This record gives sequence, C-alpha cells and structure tokens, in this order.
Amino acid sequence: MNEIYERLNQVFADVFDEDITVNASTTADDIEDWDSLTHITLISAIEEEFGMKFSMKEVVGMNNVGELADIVAARRKR
Amino acid sequence: MNLPAFTELKRNLKKDYSSLPVIKLGIIGDCATQHIAVALRGWGYEKGLNFDIFDSDYNQIDAQTMDPASELYTHGCAYVAVVNCTDKLYMRYCETPLENRKDFAQTVCESITAVWSRISANSKSRIIQFNFPVWDDRIFGDFGAKTVDSFVYQTRKLNCLLAEKSGEYKNVFICDIEGIQSRVGESALRDNKMFCIAKMPFRTDILPVIAKSVTDIVLSAEGKIKKCVVLDLDNTLWGGVVGDDGTDGIQIGELGTGHAFTHFQLWLKELKNRGIILCVCSKNNEENAKDPFINHPEMVLRLEDISVFVANWQDKAGNIRYIRDVLNIGMDSMVFLDDNPFEREAVRSLIPDITVPELPENPEEYVDFLRAEGLFGTASYSKEDHMRTDQYRAEAERVSLQSKCTDYDDYLQSLEMVAEAKPFDTYHFPRIAQLTQRSNQFNLRTVRYTEQEIEDIANDDNYITLYFTLKDKFGDHGLISAVIMEKREDCLFVNTYLMSCRVLKRGMEEFIINTMVETARDAGYKKVVGEYIKTPKNAMVADIYEKLGFTPNGDNTFTADTDNFKFNKTHIQKGDI
Repeated sequence: MNEIYERLNQVFADVFDEDITVNASTTADDIEDWDSLTHITLISAIEEEFGMKFSMKEVVGMNNVGELADIVAARRKR
Repeated sequence: MNLPAFTELKRNLKKDYSSLPVIKLGIIGDCATQHIAVALRGWGYEKGLNFDIFDSDYNQIDAQTMDPASELYTHGCAYVAVVNCTDKLYMRYCETPLENRKDFAQTVCESITAVWSRISANSKSRIIQFNFPVWDDRIFGDFGAKTVDSFVYQTRKLNCLLAEKSGEYKNVFICDIEGIQSRVGESALRDNKMFCIAKMPFRTDILPVIAKSVTDIVLSAEGKIKKCVVLDLDNTLWGGVVGDDGTDGIQIGELGTGHAFTHFQLWLKELKNRGIILCVCSKNNEENAKDPFINHPEMVLRLEDISVFVANWQDKAGNIRYIRDVLNIGMDSMVFLDDNPFEREAVRSLIPDITVPELPENPEEYVDFLRAEGLFGTASYSKEDHMRTDQYRAEAERVSLQSKCTDYDDYLQSLEMVAEAKPFDTYHFPRIAQLTQRSNQFNLRTVRYTEQEIEDIANDDNYITLYFTLKDKFGDHGLISAVIMEKREDCLFVNTYLMSCRVLKRGMEEFIINTMVETARDAGYKKVVGEYIKTPKNAMVADIYEKLGFTPNGDNTFTADTDNFKFNKTHIQKGDI
C-alpha cells in the first residue's frame, strides 16, 4: 500500500505541478487546484500509471484518496 | 511520433509566452472543450505560438455564432475551432424519424454549414471544423455498411459531405478526427465514462495528438509549410551502396527487402505530385549516384523528379545551402532525410532552421514514421499552387520549364520581371567588355571590345550606350545586355547589340529593341539602323531585327522608323534596380 501512495504522490505532483503528499484522508478540498477539470486529468493519469481503468461509478463515488487507493490496490495489473 | 503527455502540456501553461506571436483562437463545441483548450495552448508553446484562446461554455455553438456581439466575435479570433462530437450526433440520429434517416447526413451538414456561414458573416475568422470519428452502433451488423438508414452509413456520408462543402468555403479547414481514430483506434480516442460524467468526447491522453492537428492546420494556414525534401541516396532511397554494389546490386523493387524502398519512393513521388520539391544530396560521385535513376528498371523516382541533384564528396550542409540558393526558398521550409545519424546531426547543428527527422533504423518504417510526423500539411491545394511549384523547379531547370508551360505569356507575366536601361558607367565597364568578348550566339555584329575601348566609347559624344539589367521574383540576373549606337548623319547605327543567353526568350530582346528605338526618338533621330554580320555561331539572331519590327533593306541591314515604330509587347517593367 505504501508503494501505491508513493506512486500516487508522483502522479499528483505531475498533475498539479507541485510537491504534494497525499494520504488516505486527502480530499479535493485539501488541494487548491483540484477542480472538476483537473479531476478528469488526475483520473486519466492514475489509470495510466497503474494500467487500470476506473468505472464511472467509482469515479463519481470516491470520497477521498484512501478510497481511490483501495480501488487501485484491488484492481491494478502491475 | 512521441508527443508530450497532456500533463506536460498543461504544465506549459505556467511558462512565459510573452515573446511568442499571438494567435487568437475561439473554441465552440457541443461537448466539453476545456481540456482541448489546455492541450492546444500547451502544444502551442512547444511550437512557438501563443494561442490566446476564448473557450466558450458547454454547448454554445448556436448562441455564440448567432449573436453578433458574442464573446466569440468580440475576441477577434483568427481561427474558430468547431468541435462536434459523435455522441451528440447519435442522440440526434436517434431522435430522427425513421423515414428521415436516409437524409440525416444532409440535414446535419446543412446545420453545420449554417454555423460556418454565420461565423463568416460576423467575422474574418478561419474555421477549423472537427469531423466525426465513426462509431458504429452495430444495429445492422456489417449490413449497416450498405444500409442508407444506418448510423454508420450516415456518419461516413456526413464526413464526406463536410469535406465536399469545405471546398466551397475558402476559410474552412477540416480537423480530421476520423483520420486520427483510424490511426489510433476507437478505444484510444474515447473513454465512455469521460463523456458520461464530463461530456468529454476524447481521452486526455489523445489530446496532444488533436492539439497537434489543430496547430498544424494553423501553421499551414499561416504559411509555415514545407516546400522541399532533400534526400540522401544509399540506404535511404535504396538499400545498399551504389558505389560498391552497382546499380544492379542495390535493393529496390517488388521483391524482398527492396519493397520497403519502393514503397518509400512511391510516397515521395506522391509528395512531388502534390508540389513538394525533391532534391538529392549524396556523398557519391555523380555518375554512380545518377545511374540507378536512369538505368534501374524498378526505380520509382527518375531524374526528372529531382529538381536539384547534388552528388559529390563535400559536406552535406554546404550542399544543402547550395540547393537552398538554387531554389531560393527558406531553410525552414526544407526537410532533410538521411539514414545516417551522424549526417543528420551534422546538418542539424550547422543548419538549425532545417527540419531533420530522426528516421527510424528500419526502412520499412520510414513512411509510417513520416506520416505520423505530419510535416507536409498544407492549407491549400489549387492550380495556382501547382504553378508556383513549377516555378520553383523552373529556377533549377528554367529551360525545361519553358518548353512545358502551356501559356508562355502567363509564365512570363508571373515572373514579375523588372529591367533597367542605363548608359555605360565606370562600375560596369569590366562586365560590359567581358560580355562583348564572350557573347557569341546573341551578338549581332560580334565586335569585341576591351575595357579601355568601352570606356572611350562611353565618353565619346558620338555614341549612345545602354546596358541592361534584369531581375525577376526569383532573383537578380545582373547585367545581361549591352547596346552601342553610333550617331550618323541620318540615323543611329547599332554598332553592338548583344545579350546573355541566360535570359533568352523572356521578352528581354523585345525590351531592348523597344528601348533602342525610344532612345533614338528621344534623341531626335528618325531612323535606327541595325546590321547582322553572320558568324558560325550567331545564326539565332539572323532575323531578330525583322521579327521585332525593323524593315529589311536587303543587305543584312534593317531600319526602324522611330515615329511609326510598332513597339513590341513585353512583360518586363522598366524600373530602378
């Protein structure tokens, strides 16, 4: 799980263009630029990083980074 | 080709655009377009453009184009991208009564061209219309491909109709999303959930490709186009080394590995057919290098396809500069293709403006690689363009072009020639003397003069002298003709009339004759008398006086009556050069 968070931190840093450390309780409210536009970019970048796809339901339903990481852990291929 | 990822393009937005030229661009769509705007602005930075983008809100095509005071119009867009998506198209199709579906494409096309018309009526913007990635609902299975009522049939037809209609609207360009999808595949283009939750018709990772397409259209429309490809030979145009293997030993042709090179040559020939100039720059001796073009039965490219052929052992950068000078085009409009990474790097470092693609190692990948590079976009393809290309070739092969041009007058007119006529002056004595010594063919009396004699004549009141220079839109020919006229009691006698054969049959002969008669008349002479003295080399001018309006006197002299002379038509402007 730590490895997933490490890689997530990299993806977040890449998308938001700043050093960001996320944890299970991080939400969109915690990161200034995290708007709906960036959310799409973020989802795409995470999909690419982990070689998996989120379902629409998952994208709409996730409440924090912890839930996101759980989905990744359950489904990732690499 | 490897494009930067969307996130990289997005990061570009924080960079300094202030030194880049601004291109105002509007985006309207029936879907979400914010990501397209981000990708476009980011890619613009990569290409040195500052896209100042007005990105309209979701689904505002009609609102923005119908209101003359809309933000789209007040933004002053040079370009408007119109993004229509297949998802919306399908919804519209599904709402269309069954009996009207056979006309669906026509109906949609009319509503899209109505948008073009409104934009054109309210602005000077060029329009970049996204066409439709084909999405087959498979309701009919493959039968849909032949069923007029099916969605797949109507979508394909719609794309064709848009292509056709865009030909009628000078200002409309098509961004070929259908083409992108056929290259990358449907699943690489779209992500269903993204359309559902964000109304985004494209995956974010395909956006750089789309941004490149739009930018390529803009750059082409702005005149940033490639005009010339300079080709290496060994292992680029054919397999093997012709100097070692001989013409019959190189790989080219239908069978085996040669096919990769045949395919590449076919592709290059198509480039040439569309107006791109092909040149050769090879480290070879010229005879060896040309031999396959002449003697190999399976070569696609022949010598006549090559505008400038340079084969020697000099460095390639110098040879490329020479080719550029012959063609008189910008280095930034040239592309250099060579299989050898060292040559590529050398040319790149010595000529920063030229484009040198990193050709893949395997020749079978050349065409696909260059296709993806998308170097050869254009914003127009018309008769005039084709003529322009012909004129470039004319610069290298002026004589052969002259025999090809169907309307010679048009050709001369398009050269925009300007000539100057002046009395001999100190600066030009050497060149004039040299001309009298070297001109053999176009030389009426073949009198040779030294520099000193020329100077004496120039200073002698018994003579009227004229030298002529000529330039056209391709460049300056310099001093190409000299005329010496002796003042006699009842006439001006043409002692010397010669011209460089470089400028033969471009109207210069006529221009000179006209100027002679005009000068004589202005000096108060009623008659100009010319003489032809035959030599073994000057037969070409035996009847020039008669042809250009002088009356033969029967003794190889010819007379013009200055008051009633019928001046010859030319396409040369008299000017100060």
